[in-house]
Amino acid sequence: MINVALPKGRLGEKVYSMFEKAGFECPSIHDNSRKLIFENEEKGIRYFWVKPSDVSIYVERGAADIGVAGKDILLEYSPEIYELLDLNIGKCKMAVAAKKGFYDDNSRTLKVATKFVNIAKNFYASRCRDIDIIKLNGSIELAPILGLSDVIVDIVETGTTLKENDLEVVETVIPISARLIANKSSFKFKTKEIEEILDSMKAQVKTDD
Amino acid sequence: MRENHILKNEEKAVFALRGLYKDFGYLPFKMSKFEEYDLYVRNKDFLVSDSVITFNDTNGALLALKPDVTLSIIKNTVDKAGCKEKVYYNENVYRVSGSTRRFKEIMQTGLECIGDIDTYDIFEVLYLAAKSLDTISADFALDISHMGVFKALLDTTGKDEFFKKEFIRLVSEKNRHEATALLEKYSIDSDTAQKLLSFIDLYGTPDKVIGELDGICTTPEAITALESLKTLWSLFGDTEYADRIRIDFSVINDMNYYNGIVFKGFLNGIPEGVLAGGQYDALMERMGRKSGAIGFALYLDLLEDFNRESKGYDVDVLLLYSDKTDVKKVFDRVRALTSASLTVTAQKSIPEKIRYKMMENLDGDIK
Repeated sequence: MINVALPKGRLGEKVYSMFEKAGFECPSIHDNSRKLIFENEEKGIRYFWVKPSDVSIYVERGAADIGVAGKDILLEYSPEIYELLDLNIGKCKMAVAAKKGFYDDNSRTLKVATKFVNIAKNFYASRCRDIDIIKLNGSIELAPILGLSDVIVDIVETGTTLKENDLEVVETVIPISARLIANKSSFKFKTKEIEEILDSMKAQVKTDD
Repeated sequence: MRENHILKNEEKAVFALRGLYKDFGYLPFKMSKFEEYDLYVRNKDFLVSDSVITFNDTNGALLALKPDVTLSIIKNTVDKAGCKEKVYYNENVYRVSGSTRRFKEIMQTGLECIGDIDTYDIFEVLYLAAKSLDTISADFALDISHMGVFKALLDTTGKDEFFKKEFIRLVSEKNRHEATALLEKYSIDSDTAQKLLSFIDLYGTPDKVIGELDGICTTPEAITALESLKTLWSLFGDTEYADRIRIDFSVINDMNYYNGIVFKGFLNGIPEGVLAGGQYDALMERMGRKSGAIGFALYLDLLEDFNRESKGYDVDVLLLYSDKTDVKKVFDRVRALTSASLTVTAQKSIPEKIRYKMMENLDGDIK
């Protein structure tokens, strides 16, 4: 039996339909119930929905053999896992944004508001820029508007929220997409099953061109 | 066996492993809990995590609670041609644990073979690694790879350390998509790129992987390294653990320290590797030693949750007595029960936190 941790929400739905097309369907998942775990015994697969940022924890600690997590989560928490496949969905970018017309003159410590503390730290450390990290848990866009921070480091999908709040992307930190990950120990003992899923999923990945 | 009920998983393992290492002539090595911080600064990348708990000694010297055992053992061995020291240890180390990202006391046991090591020693250590895992559970997997094979090919690119480090990280993640992008970014020619990428897919039984490696290893260095891997497999293939061995290049380690064979052991049911080791002649050289070394460590703290059966109770008998009860009567009853192989706790009232199988009241009435 392979345990699969899926991220709750729109991305998770897309991911599940990839699994479905790859031949690992589990019809009961469409039932409108409050059940948390869905199983298809015949296919030897069991799915469960978890908070997107928790997927890597389930996989790293072996509660799930495989899972799908955004690259943002993997970069932020650096879990000890195998990153087997770029699913090329849930595409967005981690970017630095600021109020329109913002100019970083390097003359003082840059105040950075973000949910992704490690990503922001590593990004600015690689350019030796002295920063003051302000960890926020939501509504990051508010920070520069109210003068709490100079810039924000956050996920940008379409840029609409930024535009509506008179903010703009200053630069891209890294492109993000959903990745198929696996627990290292599970991979040793369920190699064949995981490889089979991996190969079928590879066939479902759409390329950009 | 009574020990089976009393000893915890990790204690049982230590007991069995000590016997095993002793049989093969490894001597116990006991060390202090502290070490000069300087030793770790100089070999920072060798440590599993770079965070170390430090404090000042009475004379102001900066000391560290041991995050690693190997470095201290190397420091304490004799560096003489023809000499070989085989030691085993069982120590607590202090470092940031993988999943919690906090400092943790980790019980570690392992062995090191230091000095003029030869093929036999390498084989013996690898065999003992397999046997150590088998001691704990028969359902184990031992993954091996060879730094020499990998390094030889990586060197042909002529790229900088940063590239190599990054590529090693991606291979250890089996991250083919990002590795492909990295090779493109560094404009590696397609033939070399294909060979390098194949390391990500190179895993499985030694027979299968070695066959594929034959086509990849073309430089003299790579061929020499592959030959040593073949020799090792020809020896190991005849042991009882032949079917437990896999070659997997995601088991790679820092090239500045490890040079030959590296390996990692897994037990079915434990989410991370419980055993890690390898040949670290390069570290010896960095520490000014002329000889070679190979060893491994087992992380026993991971066994805590392994196959844990919940008993449902803490003691067999809860023996109640009161102020009026004759003390001798209490003691006699406790003795009688323990000699009947029952566990017993004598209490004046029913404790909240103890789960018991039977209750006996010496006074006849229960409060």
